[in-house]
Amino acid sequence: MNFRKYLVLAGVTVFAAAGDSMLSHGMKQTGNISLHHLQGVILAVRNPWVAVGILLLLAFFASYMNSLSWADLTYVLPATSLGYVLLALVAKFALHEAVSPMRWLGIALISGGVGFVAGGPALTAQEHPDDRKSSVLAKDARDGAPVPAEEVVSGGVQR
Amino acid sequence: MRSAYTWGGILTVVFASVVGDILLARAMKQVGDVHDLWRCSGLWTVVSRVLGNPNFFLGVAAMAVAFFSLLFSLSWGDVSLVAPAAASLTFIGNAFAAKIFLHEKVDRRRWIAVLLVAAGVALLAG
Repeated sequence: MNFRKYLVLAGVTVFAAAGDSMLSHGMKQTGNISLHHLQGVILAVRNPWVAVGILLLLAFFASYMNSLSWADLTYVLPATSLGYVLLALVAKFALHEAVSPMRWLGIALISGGVGFVAGGPALTAQEHPDDRKSSVLAKDARDGAPVPAEEVVSGGVQR
Repeated sequence: MRSAYTWGGILTVVFASVVGDILLARAMKQVGDVHDLWRCSGLWTVVSRVLGNPNFFLGVAAMAVAFFSLLFSLSWGDVSLVAPAAASLTFIGNAFAAKIFLHEKVDRRRWIAVLLVAAGVALLAG
């Protein structure tokens, strides 16, 4: 893990949270969209909040794909879940919504989870998934049992 | 009956998002580290490799299915049930699927992280 990779993870987190909140703000201005009035979608896209929200979600998707190219899915998903915390903090301090004790507990749990996953390696499946599949199957056939994951964990590469 | 529809919708959302995440993750592992690829061969190679990967399109299609089933589920059930249930079950489903299909080594540390985040999301959105 280097600074640029942390920056990409921060991008996934911030772009998702900012994109969602801008879309939500814009869609509340444009009003309901029904299947019978699809032109409402075009009107919605012309709303600047919605347009910027869509651009931010595209940026989110690009950084998400970027992170998945060098990190495990089970690393990226918890690591970027700080976005939920960010949304709650924006709701509390920018939008002055009430944040209940249950929500603060949720924020604490998510932050704890992020701390747990961030201490470990980002990438564990080093080989090409298809190559690995065949080698694991071959080993299964030999031993008659699946390989316990814990055995190989310590061999994970620190990136 | 209504709650059966709601839970059916939630499970459809969870299934489609897990399939989408797994396919996208596999596609990007096949593409390889985009930083290295960009430095060695340029942006165009990165874009054409991603867009030339069938798993990428299947993943995006599964994500679209997940999005529309979320819209339907929201019309059947309360947002305070559907949104957190779908999000936190997707976290747990992804951990199982990544272990089985992507051969990621989901050790105790990652299981704890996944469960904490899933519980936190359920509390936050509930």
